[in-house]
Amino acid sequence: MAPFVSISGLSKTYASGFKALAGVDLEIRRGEILALLGPNGAGKTTLISIICGIVTPSEGTVTVDGHDIITGYRVTRSMIGLVPQELTTDAFETVWATVSFSRGLFGRTKNPALIEKILRDLSLWDKKDNRIKELSGGMKRRVMIAKALSHEPTVLFLDEPTAGVDVNLRKDMWGLIRELRASGVTVILTTHYIEEAEAIADRIGVINKGRIVLVEEKAALMQKLGKKQLILELTAPIGAVPASLAAYGLALSNGGSRLTYTYDARVESAISVLLGDLAAADLHFTDLKTEQSSLEDIFVTLVEEPA
Amino acid sequence: MNTGMNFQAVKAIYKFEMARTWRTLFQSIVSPVISTSLYFVVFGSAIGSRIPQIEGVAYGSFIVPGLIMLSLLTQSVSNASFGIFFPKFSGTIYELLSAPLSFVEITLGYVGAAATKSILLGLIILATASLFVPLHIAHPFWMLTVLVLTAVTFSLFGFIIGVWADNFEKLQIIPLLVITPLVFLGGSFYSINMLPPFWQAVSLANPVLYLVSGFRWAFYEIADVSVMVSAGMIAIFLVACLAAVWWIFKTGYHVKN
Repeated sequence: MAPFVSISGLSKTYASGFKALAGVDLEIRRGEILALLGPNGAGKTTLISIICGIVTPSEGTVTVDGHDIITGYRVTRSMIGLVPQELTTDAFETVWATVSFSRGLFGRTKNPALIEKILRDLSLWDKKDNRIKELSGGMKRRVMIAKALSHEPTVLFLDEPTAGVDVNLRKDMWGLIRELRASGVTVILTTHYIEEAEAIADRIGVINKGRIVLVEEKAALMQKLGKKQLILELTAPIGAVPASLAAYGLALSNGGSRLTYTYDARVESAISVLLGDLAAADLHFTDLKTEQSSLEDIFVTLVEEPA
Repeated sequence: MNTGMNFQAVKAIYKFEMARTWRTLFQSIVSPVISTSLYFVVFGSAIGSRIPQIEGVAYGSFIVPGLIMLSLLTQSVSNASFGIFFPKFSGTIYELLSAPLSFVEITLGYVGAAATKSILLGLIILATASLFVPLHIAHPFWMLTVLVLTAVTFSLFGFIIGVWADNFEKLQIIPLLVITPLVFLGGSFYSINMLPPFWQAVSLANPVLYLVSGFRWAFYEIADVSVMVSAGMIAIFLVACLAAVWWIFKTGYHVKN
């Protein structure tokens, strides 16, 4: 299937000379949740801003459903909903007015029933006549989501949707994002919370210094790059790792009674070979467990590696 | 998919801006009307009664077109400049930029609303003036045409200022330091025939003179310059502002980066 959003060779150098994006290629599939993970200043917001029409690219092209974002901007933008990172709202407007305004701005005719549904889904219905300045930060965030959904977008960009949001609201947002995907909306979200990507994404892209470092299925990524550790509690402490096991790079700790083996999950036979060699060296153990590194560890490894 | 003009968006922006007017009724309508009424009381009745007629028109009546122009120009500029400056300032401009609309729709929405507001204000001031001084409008159609074209032109000019300004000081500086002096020195309160020849010549370099003169002609058929010259000048300003807006649209100047 052709990608829904296709980005190729996208670069952006700001007037200040800062190069925010350096040749990004990325394909986003219809109906998926893609999490873009990256440290502050990696280029996540610039990437989203270009696709949505807020920033003009220096080089490269982006198409949404086959339409170029520059020449076909009216078509692409009417498909896109954007929830920016900062809480920028018209403080003096009511919730109802601002969400209805967004729908009109995107060229859609009035649909009070739909606006009501969106506000109810976001628990904003009883605040519909309140001015935005009277709302809490979490509610303002939901107002911005309501605005983005008001014109029934098929692709939704969420720039750090849960930055500065409490745990409960974050869980609510994740639920909402999953519901949106279930209704057929493609969701691209940026985050620097790894647990967020781990919790809701189908695929994860890692961006650093204006480049896409990798894009992978979440499960595949965790398996492929995940380092696993095998921890063995020995029946009796030993003074040193036997010479026959030197090749494994085992770490001895806990007074000589714990062996830790760090191995690559991609090599399927890694553990059985070691266990065989342990038996040959007459080493026995009372307990064993394995630990898998989190996405966070993977992420830190990726962005710290010299590019 | 719709690829033509996004008229829903023009309507949305226009309604949004008009709602802002009603919300700030006192600031946007009531206070300009009150301050203009003070001019009528002071210059029209109190001092005006001691000033002889100018070209056959009582002084109080003579200044009405100029006073309407003063409000029309300053309010058009401030309404339109604030309308587009505020989203830039608050950050809500992201939504205008990410919506399926071009600068044409944005301009139509903001300038249309600002001009509507100024025209309403001009008509309210005209009605108020009729309570204080005798008024005669010789050419109502021409009067309305000048009113509308001036409101549109200066709303466009204000829109350009709003795009250009990146802080509140810049937003205020042109209305205060350029528009107000030009209106005061543009024959709002006097005929330039009352000036020495040198200052008459200098006054002819003031673009606002042509607006005030053309507008006053619609009332009393007296003018400092030929009414056709006034019409030509209004057209030139309008075209100049449209060209500037078109240039902003082409380059994304001060709006996109």
